[in-house]
Amino acid sequence: MQGPSDFELSRRKLLLGTAASVALTAAPSIVKAQTPAAPGHATVAASAISNVSFNVNGRMREATLDPRTTLLDALREHLHLTGTKKGCDHGQCGACTVMVGGRRINSCLTLAVMHEGDSITTIEGLGTPENLHPMQAAFVEHDGYQCGYCTPGQICSAVAMLDEIKAGIPSHVSDDLNTPPQLTNAELRERMSGNICRCGAYSNIAEAISEVAGRQA
Amino acid sequence: MRSFTYERARTPAEAAATATRRPGARFIAGGTNLLDLMKLEIEAPTHLIDVNGLALDRIEPTPDGCLRIGALVRNTDLAADARVRRDYGVLSRALLAGASGQLRNKATTAGNLLQRTRCPYFYDTNQPCNKRRPGSGCAAIGGFGRQHAVVGASEACIATHPSDMAVAMRVLDARVETVRPDGPARTIPIADLHRLPGDTPHVETSLSPGELITAVTLPRPVGGTHIYRKVRDRASYAFALVSVAAIVQRDGSGRVALGGVAHKPWRIEAAEAAMPRGARAVTAELLSGARPTQENAFKLPLVERTLGAVLTEAKG
Repeated sequence: MQGPSDFELSRRKLLLGTAASVALTAAPSIVKAQTPAAPGHATVAASAISNVSFNVNGRMREATLDPRTTLLDALREHLHLTGTKKGCDHGQCGACTVMVGGRRINSCLTLAVMHEGDSITTIEGLGTPENLHPMQAAFVEHDGYQCGYCTPGQICSAVAMLDEIKAGIPSHVSDDLNTPPQLTNAELRERMSGNICRCGAYSNIAEAISEVAGRQA
Repeated sequence: MRSFTYERARTPAEAAATATRRPGARFIAGGTNLLDLMKLEIEAPTHLIDVNGLALDRIEPTPDGCLRIGALVRNTDLAADARVRRDYGVLSRALLAGASGQLRNKATTAGNLLQRTRCPYFYDTNQPCNKRRPGSGCAAIGGFGRQHAVVGASEACIATHPSDMAVAMRVLDARVETVRPDGPARTIPIADLHRLPGDTPHVETSLSPGELITAVTLPRPVGGTHIYRKVRDRASYAFALVSVAAIVQRDGSGRVALGGVAHKPWRIEAAEAAMPRGARAVTAELLSGARPTQENAFKLPLVERTLGAVLTEAKG
């Protein structure tokens, strides 16, 4: 378990940390905080700090967190997995896309404590610089970025999106709800609309994804 | 984000009881709307009750031929369910027209129904808003009103309900099942779930404090051609300016509901009698008494034309 590094500690976090230490004395386990409090006995301190454990990229990780911590912030600030990016922090841009249980989600719009026991895959879990995931290699080959900030989210989203097509999940542009969807360019663009690229590398992103999909087929 | 305490609910009844006992408590499921609003401190619950562990994530047929959708079924799974695609296509289409793949993977059936307006003045905490701060006024009236309601609005609020899914459920006559902390479970017709703004736009639904939605049941399939047509400022991942959910039978009869025009999914049963007479006649009934602003008056002809396109498509 790692906490935020010292230089990141703000006065606010420090104060919360102090409050949490006191709370831990009074309420040694999170289980206690889950027990419904009697009327008038709600104690904020009892769960001003929460423990969570989940599997990230194949490895069990634990963290002790303020319950306000989003999954995104837990990955970046506590586990120092900074491949996942914070763009808008409101679920509008897709830069924070990770896979939970194999499904893509916006990690900025979910709390870390809501993922007890879950399996999370981030860009770091897809491939390494020496051994790229095919989608990563295709983005490099097709120059599917300029600044690269949206890229980890684009790649995680694309990998999970191809699985959604394989699973037969229809989209807004599917002609027929009752036949298996195909990865046409229109389907790809509709399904990737939750990932915004301000550099406008969309055509190259589309080519990279199409190439991987073609190989998979 | 304001500080809060957090717990995982073990049963729906316990969740409802806790929510009632603790002022400032809120349920959290997908969190895609609530956390967005909490970051802006528009929502500031002091206690979160995580309902994700409740076993409310199944879609099951009922003995009388209906389809019961658990409150926690994710939007992606509901849209992709084979029975929904086959018998309730308007619902699949509406779900797929909303949000993004990532959000649909997380957002739940009940959470979608209970999502809050995207009125920019509701989101801007420097502006008065009767939803956010009852009695403070409405900055949308006389403001940038392109997205706002044209029917059913009031002097207190001209916000629209943002859901696509709810419009389809309205045309399907879905029933919303709940548990209450102090009473028996009850079933609310979806027509009665969302309220018009009136003088109390902050009271958005007919749910009582602590009442928890457990399921939404779709009545037996009614056949017909199912269409959901959404008009928006970009091709994907945007809220509706106007949307039309329709079920059209071979004889030209059918049902129609509108999204993007009111504080709730907008359906006027009387308008449906006019369906064989075409889009203009239906629109006249649906939008009777409409009071658009200068900036959203375009929605009136847009409804008629969108409905016209839907009825033409239905004829095949």
